[in-house]
Amino acid sequence: MSPSVPLQEMIRAIRSARTQCEERGVIQRECAAIRAQFRQNDNGSRSHNLAKLLYVHMLGYPAHFGQMECVRMIASPRYSEKRVGYLGAMMLLDEKQDASLLITNSIKNDLSHSNQYIQSLALCTLACMGSAEMCRDLAPEIDRLLRSANSYIKKKAALCAVHIVRKVQDLGELFVSAARSLLSEKNHGVLHGAVVLITELCERNPETLERFRKTVPDLVQIMKGLVISGYSPDHDVAGVSDPFLQVRILRLLRVLGRNNETASDAMNDLLAQVATNTDSTKTVGNAVLYETVLTVLDIKSESGLRVLAVNILGRFLLNNDRNIRYIAMTSLQKIVVTDHNAVQRHRGTIVDCLKDQDASVKRRALELSLALVSASNIRSMMKELLVFLSSCPLELKAQAASGIFIAAERYAPSQRWHIDTILHVLTTAGGDVRDETVPNLIQLITNTSELHCYTVHKLYRALLEDISQQSLVQVACWCIGEYGDLLLRGECQETEPVQVTEDDVLDALETVLQSHMSSPATRGFALTATMKLSTRISDNVDRIRSIVSIYGSCIDLELQQRAVEYNALFKKYDHMRAAVLERMPVIQRNSSGQNSEDASEETIKEIQVTKVKQEELVLAQQPAGPVCDLLDLLSGPQEPLQPSLAPAQPISTTTAAGGDLLDLLGGLELTPPSSAPTVTIYEKHGVTLTLGCEQESDSGLLATLTASNSSDSDISSFTLQAAVPKSVQLHMKAPSRDSLPARGAAELTQTVVLSNPNKVNLKMRIRISYTSQGSAVQDTVQVDSLPGL
Amino acid sequence: MRVRVCVCVCVRACVCVCVCVCCQMRFLLLFSRQGKLRLQKWFTAMSDRERKKIIREMTTMVLARQPRSSNFLQWKDLKIIYKRYASLYFCLGVEAQENELLALEIIHRYVELLDKYFGNVCELDIIFNFEKAYFILDEFLMGGEIQETSKQTVNRCIEASDMLQETMEEYMSKPAF
Repeated sequence: MSPSVPLQEMIRAIRSARTQCEERGVIQRECAAIRAQFRQNDNGSRSHNLAKLLYVHMLGYPAHFGQMECVRMIASPRYSEKRVGYLGAMMLLDEKQDASLLITNSIKNDLSHSNQYIQSLALCTLACMGSAEMCRDLAPEIDRLLRSANSYIKKKAALCAVHIVRKVQDLGELFVSAARSLLSEKNHGVLHGAVVLITELCERNPETLERFRKTVPDLVQIMKGLVISGYSPDHDVAGVSDPFLQVRILRLLRVLGRNNETASDAMNDLLAQVATNTDSTKTVGNAVLYETVLTVLDIKSESGLRVLAVNILGRFLLNNDRNIRYIAMTSLQKIVVTDHNAVQRHRGTIVDCLKDQDASVKRRALELSLALVSASNIRSMMKELLVFLSSCPLELKAQAASGIFIAAERYAPSQRWHIDTILHVLTTAGGDVRDETVPNLIQLITNTSELHCYTVHKLYRALLEDISQQSLVQVACWCIGEYGDLLLRGECQETEPVQVTEDDVLDALETVLQSHMSSPATRGFALTATMKLSTRISDNVDRIRSIVSIYGSCIDLELQQRAVEYNALFKKYDHMRAAVLERMPVIQRNSSGQNSEDASEETIKEIQVTKVKQEELVLAQQPAGPVCDLLDLLSGPQEPLQPSLAPAQPISTTTAAGGDLLDLLGGLELTPPSSAPTVTIYEKHGVTLTLGCEQESDSGLLATLTASNSSDSDISSFTLQAAVPKSVQLHMKAPSRDSLPARGAAELTQTVVLSNPNKVNLKMRIRISYTSQGSAVQDTVQVDSLPGL
Repeated sequence: MRVRVCVCVCVRACVCVCVCVCCQMRFLLLFSRQGKLRLQKWFTAMSDRERKKIIREMTTMVLARQPRSSNFLQWKDLKIIYKRYASLYFCLGVEAQENELLALEIIHRYVELLDKYFGNVCELDIIFNFEKAYFILDEFLMGGEIQETSKQTVNRCIEASDMLQETMEEYMSKPAF
């Protein structure tokens, strides 16, 4: 076919431009010429003008002024113009443009054209950019074409139908029968299109899926034909006969066999045959094998077949080709939960892949290794993972670190090993760990009281070596502050003791305080640790006093505040200093996610015991969550409270110092809501609204609105709105439902939380709106005094 | 009494029917080693801005890859399969359920078709005859799926279309382009 000379000249001109600016100039000139020609309606060169414009568009320049020209060219009777017009439509028009609707008519006409190549242009364009309206308009046409005698048109119509189904799911029904009949075609193109269409229909509609299950024997037959048949030059790719069709059929079998015993049984033999007969030396054979494995693992296959599939994946893992290793690991990731043991057998190879050069392979190997960690292999796996962590690429470090933490927490063989592992991670990748690591680690350390000495020695040594890893430094400072006396005592069972003087320790903390590498949070930790040491050491208290007073004028607000407070502790509250800075109690891990470590520090320092009792009494009426935590901290190591809201169950308590406090709580149970007084505030047309109130606290109130419908017709869209005086705060919770069935079949409740700190006279105006028998009703009611007050 | 009106928001649970598996191709890009785009085919509706963003990210990601790394990448929720043929990178974006090895075969098949049509195809052929590259692609893939699995059939159709164009032009006695 002779090339377009004007187009090629323009391309040459653009390519010879030496700078971006020159190129822009050339393109602007060309675009101006094209625009002028579009306006002229010059018949001879329309198609090459549009082609030029499309080239310019591909370079990234705006070309929207060509949209109408595309529409005009599509309507032209000349094939060359139609061809370029449709190409332009696919490139410049999409369903978001208004102009795309204008070509619907042209497409409709071309779909019935006598020339199959023109029909194919229309089909292709529809499948590429057909909007939902266009699809709806033209679906019957496509169905007709699906039944035509021409295979060329049938295969394109099938894929067009796929696009239509993707855009407008309901139209799928239209194509079911045609799709069924297409399965008996011999032409591979048509067969492929049919299989794609059936897959699409089955995935979107479970009823269609049921209907097509009956085709499993036919599909098995077709597949057998492909696998066993001899060399077919038309479709052969490196010894595999039509791999594209094979893969599609396997995928359809997967959809049909999922969760269905009979269908899965029918395909068992075939899958075994494909798995064993396919040549796996080339990529194409492996593609088919891969699809087979995915299918076997997804349907209800017999165990022998599953083992075969996992073995194929194992073979893939040993393949030299990186791509194959990558996809093997991707598939193993999917089945590691269900077929854990089978995957464990290949653990060695997977761990070796951690050392692969390729970043994608490394990522997959990391995910899979983390999934394979179990109680039996934790030590060896952790060694490998730690080696990996020290040399892994940056983007994987955070993921690796958190994965290691989770694995260590779940399967740690001993506390000491756990702490060692975490310390190792912090020293190698401390900058990339997540923020919760520090409090989690601190909690872990406090919980293992027998290892305090060992831990603080190790951390001290680590601190001396390197103070750049913030998480590590923070944990080290905290430990030295808490367990400094153990450090100074110099004896330790688990590790070699090192003679540490008080000056050394204070030097180390001061280095952290003064270093420019320390973040503000880290310095906070260091300052507090220095302060805590004042009760644990004997000689250098003056030094600590001077450090603390220096930071009283620090520019950082947090540090300054801390220093001033600690100064005050030295001066005015020296008698309290020992109590305030004593060893922390064991931290309970809260399920509410509250950072109890911070909470405990503040509560110990600021709340006095009598005040706490008062707060408890007041808080007892509220849901017992925060109260429970408060009690935990004060009463020391104890099981957390599990109070229930039902008044009948007594709270189980331990006889610790806090025992009487808990009994006090037991007496003050939450009063059940039904005993609160209620008042009917609205009654009209069968709709009744009652209001009940409870005093929650000094200024807090809980109001419950209950609505019911005693009329004969259902009420829908029932909403309540409330207004209160200005100083009162109101918070409406979500209602239990939004419709009221007739004759009181169900009630609607909505709670309103009110807060009245100024103790004004509480009034409420409530607006009720609902729809009954097709008409909307709105009404307002004013409540001047709330019941129960 | 000044009234402050408070609006109560009814949260209605919205049940979404999620269709599970959709495996299709999202886009096919061809670009040179300098990152210049030579062909772009989009199989789903996307705004111009999104397309430009994807092109930028693909070229950056793929050109940054080491020479002997695997051909697969993960990008957002898509898999990217790319292969380099001489000075051109072929980059296919597919959905999560697609078979990557088959995608490599698809790319290879397209290159073979181009090679047969142009005779030892090189980048310049695709630059100067980009519309033909599109026509060939439209005979091989459609709506994100493979249309024809036989190489010979695709070639025959392209030749027939070209013939149609020429004969119709001769009939109308005007030059084709």
